[in-house]
Amino acid sequence: MRIALTVNGESLEAEVWEGESLLYALREHMGLPGSKNACEQGECGSCSVLLDGVLVCACLVLAVQADGHEIVTVEGLGSDDALHPVQEAFAMTGAVQCGFCTPGLIVATVDLLARVPDPTDDQIREALSGNLCRCTGYAKIFDAVRMAAGS
Amino acid sequence: MEVLTPQTLDEALAMKAERRDAVPIQGGTDVMVELNFDRARPETILNLNEVAELRGWGRDNGTLRLGTGLTYAEAMGNGLASLLPALAEASRTVGSPQIRNRGTLGGNLGTASPAGDALPPLLVYEAEVVVASADRGVRVVPVARFLTGPKQNALLPDELIIAVRLEPRDMRQTFMKVGPRNAMVIAVVSLCLAIDREADEIRVSYGSAGPRPGLVTVALDHAWELTELVARDASPIDDVRGTAAYRVHALKVLVGRALQRCLT
Repeated sequence: MRIALTVNGESLEAEVWEGESLLYALREHMGLPGSKNACEQGECGSCSVLLDGVLVCACLVLAVQADGHEIVTVEGLGSDDALHPVQEAFAMTGAVQCGFCTPGLIVATVDLLARVPDPTDDQIREALSGNLCRCTGYAKIFDAVRMAAGS
Repeated sequence: MEVLTPQTLDEALAMKAERRDAVPIQGGTDVMVELNFDRARPETILNLNEVAELRGWGRDNGTLRLGTGLTYAEAMGNGLASLLPALAEASRTVGSPQIRNRGTLGGNLGTASPAGDALPPLLVYEAEVVVASADRGVRVVPVARFLTGPKQNALLPDELIIAVRLEPRDMRQTFMKVGPRNAMVIAVVSLCLAIDREADEIRVSYGSAGPRPGLVTVALDHAWELTELVARDASPIDDVRGTAAYRVHALKVLVGRALQRCLT
């Protein structure tokens, strides 16, 4: 089935299998592998994207449901020349170890700071509770969010 | 596989009448897991995301109408949280922000898991499920009769869940949930309690401690009996999340805490 959607500001069309997730469509049909594929059940948050401005797990959205809608992935946040302030903060604070959870955490942090520009630690913890880091990097991730909030 | 995307409720009901095996999908937090893990390959999926009539909530002469597409995030929002505090509390314990942004009340009723977090509050509110079909129109089923067993409900093959109806009352109420962490937890047990002074009774509903969420009602001056009544009403099993014995113990503790929270 053919779907047409806006991804990172660009109108795209893709031929998708009816049962596939938005995550699969982004990664395999639209050349956007930034959103990571791990648990495929909404537990890990590594596929977090914005759907019409709302933070969601792309693995739990049917690709066809995104037809006619607007998606922002981690690729749409900054460029190679100018990182997004949240990306910059994650790099500066060393909030990255293996890097697999990083795209999801960055999208979730961008979503948090758009709603709550100066979050408390509890608000950060709550906002990132759906994003798992298995390298135990949470302390640095907190540093990164605080730095991005201050920038 | 085919995905049908109706734009209106009438269109959705007509499609469901014609394709009775079609699996409805709203937020996808249950259905997509089945698809991703190759556990389900429905011939037809009915994508309800574009049906505006199923979204949001409103009042109709004092009766509150919650659309089937109401998300947990919306149930936590300013307007509803003050009217239905226990539902808002329960919604806050669902999954993560990503899940709460997509998961819906209708999905919780459709999946009918004994662990569905929104179900104990709906039982305590004595809410009704509004279902509809193209042939027979609207039918209203109390939540207690709608939930018939583990992952089973009273929905007929040509019907869709369209809303939940309830009369919000001024009641002290609370929701509690036991799990290994505060986020991303399927309830080991959950409990919702409300003090209904108008009806002179206390209503308690529990989740994850029987084939479906249970409801126990006791007269206000018999509050002291509640802990034992709930423990006796529950019929939990041992599973990966906890033992039956632990569940009964935890339920008793939660009843005590909930009473303390709502009576003092």
